Amino acid sequence: MFGIENDPVLLSRLLTALTLGFHVIFATIGVGVPLMIAIAEWMGIKRNDPHYTLMARRWARGFVVTVAVGVVTGTAIGLQLSLLWPNFMQAAGHTIGLPLFMEIFAFFFEAIFLGIYLYTWDRFKSKMRHFLLIIPVVIGASASAFFITTANAFMNFPQGFDMANGVIANVSPLEAMFNPATPTKVSHVIITCYLTAAFILGTIAAIHLLKGSKHEYHKKALKLTMVSGAVFAIATAVIGDLSGKYLHEYQPEKLAAAEWHFETETHAPLILGGVLTEDNEVKYALEIPYALSILAGGLPDSEVVGLNEFPEDELPPLWVHYAFDMMVFIGMYLAFVSTLFAVMSWKKNWNPYNKPLLIMVAAGGPLSMVAIEAGWIFAEVGRQPWLINGIMRVEEGATTSDHVGLMLALFIVLYTILGVTCAVVLRRMFKQNPVEHELEKRGIEQPKRVSNE
Amino acid sequence: MSYELIGITVLWIFLYGYLIVASIDFGAGFFSYYSRITKKKHALHHIIQRYLSPVWEVTNVFLVFFFVGIIGFFPDTAYYYGTALLIPGSISIILLALRGSYYAFATYGAKDSHLYSLLYGATGLLIPASLTTVLTISEGGYLAVDNGNVTLLYGELFTSPYSWGVVFLAVFSVLFISAAFLTYYAAKAKDQQALEVVRKYALSWAFPTITMAFIVFFLLGERNELHFSNMMDLWWMFALSLASFAASVWLIWKRQNYGLAFIFVMVQFFTAFFAYGASHLPYLLYPYLTIYDGFTNESMAIALIAAFIGGLLMLIPSLYLLMRLFLFDAEYLEGRK
Ligand code: HDD
Ligand code: HEM
Ligand code: HEM
Repeated sequence: MFGIENDPVLLSRLLTALTLGFHVIFATIGVGVPLMIAIAEWMGIKRNDPHYTLMARRWARGFVVTVAVGVVTGTAIGLQLSLLWPNFMQAAGHTIGLPLFMEIFAFFFEAIFLGIYLYTWDRFKSKMRHFLLIIPVVIGASASAFFITTANAFMNFPQGFDMANGVIANVSPLEAMFNPATPTKVSHVIITCYLTAAFILGTIAAIHLLKGSKHEYHKKALKLTMVSGAVFAIATAVIGDLSGKYLHEYQPEKLAAAEWHFETETHAPLILGGVLTEDNEVKYALEIPYALSILAGGLPDSEVVGLNEFPEDELPPLWVHYAFDMMVFIGMYLAFVSTLFAVMSWKKNWNPYNKPLLIMVAAGGPLSMVAIEAGWIFAEVGRQPWLINGIMRVEEGATTSDHVGLMLALFIVLYTILGVTCAVVLRRMFKQNPVEHELEKRGIEQPKRVSNE
Repeated sequence: MSYELIGITVLWIFLYGYLIVASIDFGAGFFSYYSRITKKKHALHHIIQRYLSPVWEVTNVFLVFFFVGIIGFFPDTAYYYGTALLIPGSISIILLALRGSYYAFATYGAKDSHLYSLLYGATGLLIPASLTTVLTISEGGYLAVDNGNVTLLYGELFTSPYSWGVVFLAVFSVLFISAAFLTYYAAKAKDQQALEVVRKYALSWAFPTITMAFIVFFLLGERNELHFSNMMDLWWMFALSLASFAASVWLIWKRQNYGLAFIFVMVQFFTAFFAYGASHLPYLLYPYLTIYDGFTNESMAIALIAAFIGGLLMLIPSLYLLMRLFLFDAEYLEGRK
């Protein structure tokens, strides 16, 4: 079938993409949601409003289930990197062993405090003490994203070592970690985790309101998530722009592939959508004049390097254009929706809880996850054919084992089972214990009586 | 001490940590399933949940720490073990993934089902069996290396008495360690009913464990003479191990001081595990790879050791807090919190 059975390189790529693509769903939630929990718990204390405290509590309860899948898929990718890319890990061990090692410490730290946080809700007299326990979780989660992303940044811009006759020498681990790709990559990844978490929780609140609930709790949740979402979305766009400038300077072939930009020129237009013909002509696309030059260099007359400058066999596949467009489009959409919501709820007399806006918010959660996937696919496929940019090609890093195909099949089954069960469990958890019910049970609200009693 | 030795010692300590905490977890899964099918569920379920829920994630990190750390300190292991272990490694990943996620689904999703419990029990025995293949392979003779291609000899692996011996030793040890810990935990929680059950488990798995340990010891003699004779040089550590074993069983038998008994179990495994590890050196994989030729560069080694020390300074107080809240807090243990 498909003639790929015995190509360990291709199969390893597929399996890596599958595991990472699945892991990143839970990893993103894992990095972003603790921050949202912390914000909600803090609001609960500051405003002395039990709704927010309950929000933190319910989010945390859902969070543990997703963390579990994050942990097991993370363990899978950690082992799989050695199993599928033994030569890469052999080289990487010499250069980026440090951030990988430190990532585990960050997890350790996070795991310990998460365990404590979850089981101590009513154990301390002071609410502040309990709030303080979520801080190490937020720090640990973001730190782990930081470390793993520096490893990925190294793959994009390797530095901090010398290569002499195929042997790595004079290694400087810190220089390898803090390479030119690190600032934009790390900040973009972390901020988009926050953004996605805000939107996913916003989606849940919006769906409750759309289904007819009028409860104050959901309105508060929506407002909290959308106002923070607006901040994160704007920051995402700004840092995304800086990421474009990084690419322009250090990985121009990736940017050119994203933009189907063939001739080196100034005043380059940004191309949205479209199709590419046999002889590399762009059709049916929307062109924004000068926008690519501005994205790349900040000014309309910045010169943008084109694909024709590079050897044919060192170019990434050009379909990454669509992944890039999708990410940018969704980014704009999220910024628009959350800002609109924030403005409407800030103005008196305007009702932000109208149906069209709620529907737009509800779409935001799934879309932001699509943007995460699209962004990573663009970033990783856009690095092809290099595994470590300019140093090691993908074929050189892969395993030579003949059994990767079988493993791919096994893991497809595994992730299907995990994904489905996770969704079912989460649904059941919250269906069985709706907010109204829990508010009564905890004595925050009186049971509702029939009104004309 | 050379960097190589520091590196391998650090990793071995974490692997020992995993051996203890994971054994408790794996065995607990099995006992909880077993007690379910023998209708003693109510007796055990409670203490197992109380202990495991806050710590299961921490357990997993010990393992991750080891396999990420070994790539950092000894990058060449990725090449040899990575290529050869694709299938057993992937199977371990799948078992770990099922176990971890289904534990969380059952506990937090608050649905008690027979399937979850079976998965949790079965993986508890299969994971140690699959993970120990790595130690078996490290003894040499299970890999073929020809011009850069590493393959695992499955026929050899599945037919050698040594590799089966190691599997049984691992499973029995898991059950023994776990039962000894739960005995202590039940006693602290003042749960008489559970205590009677787990104490009996501890005593009944003690004998199979030690017997298997002797059998594996002599099977290794046939498999790898060099390693065996190095082990003989460290005979006093194994003797210490045996004495600790005897002390722990005696205490549990006499119903005295279960805490001390569990400490003796830890000493028993510590001495045996470190004697095994020390006599294995300098080889990481007989006869291809030693800690000296597989070692990372010096600046990475220094950076890793520095990171390790920094990390420990952060972890030890946090772990202490975790233990104080869930392991040594009498009110929590007795279920009053
Ligand atoms: C919610 C997710 C999300 C959203 C809305 C955006 N991004 Fe993004 N982007 C990511 C999620 C993401 C990511 C998944 O986090 C990536 C993949 C790899 C990486 O470093 O971050 C990424 C990578 C990435 C890269 C490649 C960096 C590299 O390969 O080194 C660029 C140039 C941009 N982004 C630019 C943007 C722009 C101009 C956006 C406009 C608003 C934008 N992103 C929105
Ligand atoms: C978690 C977010 C990530 C996602 C979703 C992701 C996605 C992908 C995808 C889609 C590919 C396949 C590219 C292709 O074959 O054309 C890939 C390849 C790969 N990625 Fe990533 N990646 C992520 C982060 C990372 C990080 C942090 C590392 C390293 C530490 C990494 C290491 C690799 C390796 C080794 C390959 C295989 C070689 C290659 O195809 O270039 N990835 N990833
Ligand atoms: C090649 C890339 C990656 C590797 C090797 C990796 C490794 C791991 C490992 C080993 C775990 C489990 C840790 C534990 O046992 O507690 C994990 C979980 C996790 N990973 Fe990944 N990861 C990768 C990519 C990413 C990326 C790109 C992110 C973030 C942007 C990320 C964030 C997380 C988070 C948040 C968790 C959950 C941990 C927890 O909450 O305890 N990972 N990852």
